[in-house]
Parts: sequence; structure tokens; C-alpha cells
Amino acid sequence: MLRVRNCESGYGKLRVLKGVSLHVGAGEIVTIIGANGAGKTTLLHTIAGILRPRAGEILFNGTNLRGMQAHAVALRGCSLIPEGRRIFGPMTVEENLLIGAHGRLRRRDFAGVNAARTRVYELFPVLHDRRQQLAGTLSGGEQQMLSIGRALMGDPRLIMLDEPSTGLAPLVVKSIFTVLAQLRKSGTTILLIEQNAKAALRIADRGYCMETGVIVLEGSAGDLLNNNDVQRAYLGKEYRSIDER
Amino acid sequence: MNGETMAREELRQLQIERLQTTLNRACRNVAFYRQAFDTAGVDPGAIRDLGDLRRLPFTTREDLAASYPYGMFAVPLKDIVRVNAASGSFERPIAIGSTRNDIRHSSQLTARQLAGAGITEHDVVQIAFRYGLASGGLGFHYGAEEIGASVIPASSGRNVREQVVIMRDYKATALVTMPTHAAAIAVAMEEMGIHPDRLNLRVGLFGGEPWSETLRDHLERCLHLVAYDTYTVAELMGPGIAAECSFRNGLHVNEDHFILEIVDPATLEPVAPGDEGELVFTTVTREGFPVIRYRTRDRARLLEGPCACGRTTARINRIAGRTDDAVFVQGHRILPGDLQEVLFAAMKSRPAWCLVVDREGGIDDADLQIVLSDVESVVDEWKTLEKFRSDVTARLAEAFGIAARITFVEAGSLMCGKGGSGAVVDKRP
Repeated sequence: MLRVRNCESGYGKLRVLKGVSLHVGAGEIVTIIGANGAGKTTLLHTIAGILRPRAGEILFNGTNLRGMQAHAVALRGCSLIPEGRRIFGPMTVEENLLIGAHGRLRRRDFAGVNAARTRVYELFPVLHDRRQQLAGTLSGGEQQMLSIGRALMGDPRLIMLDEPSTGLAPLVVKSIFTVLAQLRKSGTTILLIEQNAKAALRIADRGYCMETGVIVLEGSAGDLLNNNDVQRAYLGKEYRSIDER
Repeated sequence: MNGETMAREELRQLQIERLQTTLNRACRNVAFYRQAFDTAGVDPGAIRDLGDLRRLPFTTREDLAASYPYGMFAVPLKDIVRVNAASGSFERPIAIGSTRNDIRHSSQLTARQLAGAGITEHDVVQIAFRYGLASGGLGFHYGAEEIGASVIPASSGRNVREQVVIMRDYKATALVTMPTHAAAIAVAMEEMGIHPDRLNLRVGLFGGEPWSETLRDHLERCLHLVAYDTYTVAELMGPGIAAECSFRNGLHVNEDHFILEIVDPATLEPVAPGDEGELVFTTVTREGFPVIRYRTRDRARLLEGPCACGRTTARINRIAGRTDDAVFVQGHRILPGDLQEVLFAAMKSRPAWCLVVDREGGIDDADLQIVLSDVESVVDEWKTLEKFRSDVTARLAEAFGIAARITFVEAGSLMCGKGGSGAVVDKRP
């Protein structure tokens, strides 16, 4: 579904991604793990069209997304759920959801919008209960659900989540991850960025471990859970001696 | 995602991703590769496609031996769960480390090959590869266990008749060993008066040394089984690299874990597709012991077209020989240069010699002929001669694992033909 090859990207003079290749197959949950500053968010922003790649290709269902505007990428069914939720606080829950459906509303696909809204409310009953409430008054977990729900309104084929567990209580994180697993069952493909590597690998099929702008490990989720290099990558500790403890 | 049947384009993407991660790790963690890439002036980031692999330097057996024991390990020892060894140079072997994931991949890949030969959980698999430092025994063992077969770790190196007894009593249905060892088993069966119909064998998976279609026919006739060819390289993983499927038209390479190149051994440039050349492999999932562009010295060619079995992986034909002058005797690799050194160590002189290898009743017979006149200044006593004989025999066994007969001959009566001194004369059919 998504195929990234030799992607390079960064900010100004700063080169963050130094040739990243990865793929996400239809129906998979793939996670990218790595320490702060490894380039995970830069990667998602580059795929989503917020940042322009300097080199490489980003194929989404065969179309090269490289150089495409962020809204055009979203309309093609590749949705970013940004870190820190980024919901519109002064608007109601329902209005927030409708923003996510802007593409369909423009096409006057009202039936589709209604069906999507019903599905989101089924997935997150709490959002239904609070649909007239201002989004800014929701708890952190509910805001995250709203953020995911908003992305789903566009009926995406791939959703990309940037650290959905940030700032949430462990129990809430658990329920968010349960929903992700549920979403995959219903056919949504998921690319998930997480600092909470263990939790992410538990629901993922495969994973990539990033370190300073390159991918240093790739494998099944089980392989990565087993790999001590993953921990080293987090601690930013390099392997120096054969005898190290 | 199934590595054996994925579309070629998907496989290519997977290979590129895995190659890049391997290069990143090798460059960070293995001084040898860091220096080699520096010298070649290539940054791992510059490898953007499989074709770019050509820009990287080769790794040879000598390189691996030179970094004995742990110089090539890409992870600290605490992450290594197994250490195997392979023969390296004359002085030093090669130590190969595997992490837990490496072992798991090796088990899965070996299981693929066993399954490709039709082995299931209903089989009783007798593994007659040597267990120990070599990777063959445990490698196949774990693969067969992965399938759920009943595994008999018979190992080799024991009395061949004992092997036959185990096979008969335990009702082994599959035999996994070196082809020459299987031939020896067939001979033992005949001597013991055991007809293959009294056994339950149905499948044989043979490898670890070059062998021939003639030997395959012979083994199938003598053991009443279907014989499959498998290709192993200890330095890369052991078993699990390439093997035949049930259609037996070439060995499927496990390309999701190994990238194969075939190069002209003289120019080191890629050969035209379908032409014979030296097999060069790059491991793309090994964590403990990544190997970049390893020159195997084995010759084979790529087979074109898809296989009827549905696997999409590339196929190579049976190993056609070597690009160095190594010979396999009794399943052990011997380089004439190494044999020369063994002789020198034992005799403190450099006599003319040749090694005559023949096969009798499926068993390799090795006759090491040493020219007497070259050493006669010290060989004035029968006792000295016998000491040389026992010394050389012991050292041959120690260095190569072979049992050879030592014959002292007059100058001019070496049976080496046009090979001259220091040659191996292979008379095997």
C-alpha cells in the first residue's frame, strides 16, 4: 500500500532523514520505533506532504506522493493523526468530525458522511455522548479518540498515528491501542509511531527501528521485541565492546 | 507476507530495506566493514538499490578468519546465544555468532527447505550431520523441530553401522546428511544384509559438499528414497540458504534473507543472467554476524523462469564446482596449500606429494603419496618413517577431519600425472 524508498528530508539546512526505505502492506499494522530525535515525526510529516522530501520516492497505491500538497495526500486516503491530537477546541465534537469529512462534503456525499459518523460513534460511544460538547473540554483520552475519529471520517485506507499515547494514562493508552487493533480488523491499514515500543510492538505485525535518521532494524514485531539493539537505540547507546554487559 | 511466494517487486522492496538496515548496522558496529567501506569510499547511505551493491567491497573467507574470534560480531556477546565455527585459513578457523533472532530465522528457513522436500510433523527425521562446532547438525535439528517432526540427533562421526541400526529401529522416514555419508550408509546396509525395503526411508536431504546427479541416482536406488539437494554455507547461516522443492529443478534461494549475486571469478563483475559464475551472498537479516558480499567460491548459475511450485524466489542449479582449488574429501574441505602446511608441520621439510582420492563402495578413499627421496637424508630408519606416518595421519585428521592412508614413494613414481607435486588427483566417479 505504502512504499517509501531512499527518502531524504529535513528542515532548512538540517538533514534529518538520510535515506529511509520502508513499506506498509494492505491490512498491516506497522510501527516505527526509536528515541526522541530519530526522525520518526519527520518521516510521517514527509509522507503526509507537510514536508517536501529532498530525494527518494513515496508511493501510495502506486501513485508518487512526492511533492503533493498535504490536503491532496489526505484526499487520496492517507490520513495523519498528528501528535498532541490537534483538535479544534472551540468547536463541538461533531463539528470536529465533520471537518475530517471535508472531502466528502465537497463531493456532496452526505450518505457517506453519515455512515462514517455512525461508525465513529460505534467505535467511540463516548464521543456520541459528548457530540454537542466543545472539544476543548474533553479529557486527553477522549481528545485522542476524537482525533482518530476525525481521520476516519475521510474513509482513509491508511492512517498514520504520531505518538497517540503521549500524555495519556496507561489505561487510556490501552483502550486506544485496542481500538487500533479493531480498526485493522475492519480493514484499515495503520502506520504507528510510538515511543512506547513494547505496547506498539504488541499490536503491530512488523516494525522498523530508527536511529539518527536511518533505519537500523527491520523485522516482525516478535523479532524486534527480542532484540536488544532496540533498547540500545532508545538509550542512544552504541555498541562498543564485545564484552559489554 | 510470505517470503517464498511474494511478488518480485515486493521482494525487491524488502531486500532493499533489509540491505540498508544491515549496512547501517554493519557499518556502525563492525570495524572491518567501516574500514572496508571507507577504503572503497562508499557510504552505506549511497546504496539506494540492489544494483548499488556492486559498489561495496567483497568479503572473503580470509577476511573472516583474520578477525577470529569475535572481530566480525555486530552485537556484544551477551546478545549472542550460539557460537559456531567454520574452517577458515590454515591457521585460524572462523567463529560465527548467532542471536536469538538469528537462530529463529535459521530454524524457519531450514524448516522451509525440509517442508519443500515434503517433510511434515509425521516424519521421523534422522540427522546425520555432525553436531558440534559445525552448523549443520543443530541447524537442521532446529528446522526439523520447527516443523514438529520427530528428530533423531544421530550426528555423524559414529560407526556407520550404528547409523543403520538407528535408522531401522527408530523407523526413520527422512535422512538428512552429507551425500558421501549417505553413500557410506548404503554400503554398510549392504554389508549388514539389510535391504532398503526393511527401512521406512522416503526422503533424503543431502548437502554440505558438492555432489552429482550420478550420486543422486545411486542414493535413490540404494536407499529407496527421493533425494533432494540443499546448499549450506556455514559462514552465512549453515543450512537454510537454498534447497530444492518437490519439483527438483534447481535450488530455491531464500532471497528474503540473502541477496544473491553471481560474479565472474576473474573480473568480479556480474555474469550475464544464466551464465555460470561464483555465488556471492549478502545476509540481510543476520544480527550477530552480518556478512556483506561474501565470496563463497562455489560455482553455479541462475535458472530462468518461474518454478511450477509457485515459489517466486530465484533458483540456482546444482553447485558445479569451486573457483578455488578446494576439494571435498569425506565431506571435508581441503585446500592443497593448507595440506602443504600440514605436511611441513609434521615433517619439517617440503617433500613432493600428491593426494589421490578415489571412491570405493561410496566411501572416499584418500591416499597421500609422499616422495621419499626428498626426505631421505633424515629417513634412514624405518622407525622415523613410521613416526612421520603417524604424525601426518594425526595432523590430517586434526586439521581437516579426514582419514588418509600415507604411502611413501620413490621420486618419479608419484601418481599425480600432469598435476605435478602438491596436486589432488580426483579419481572419483
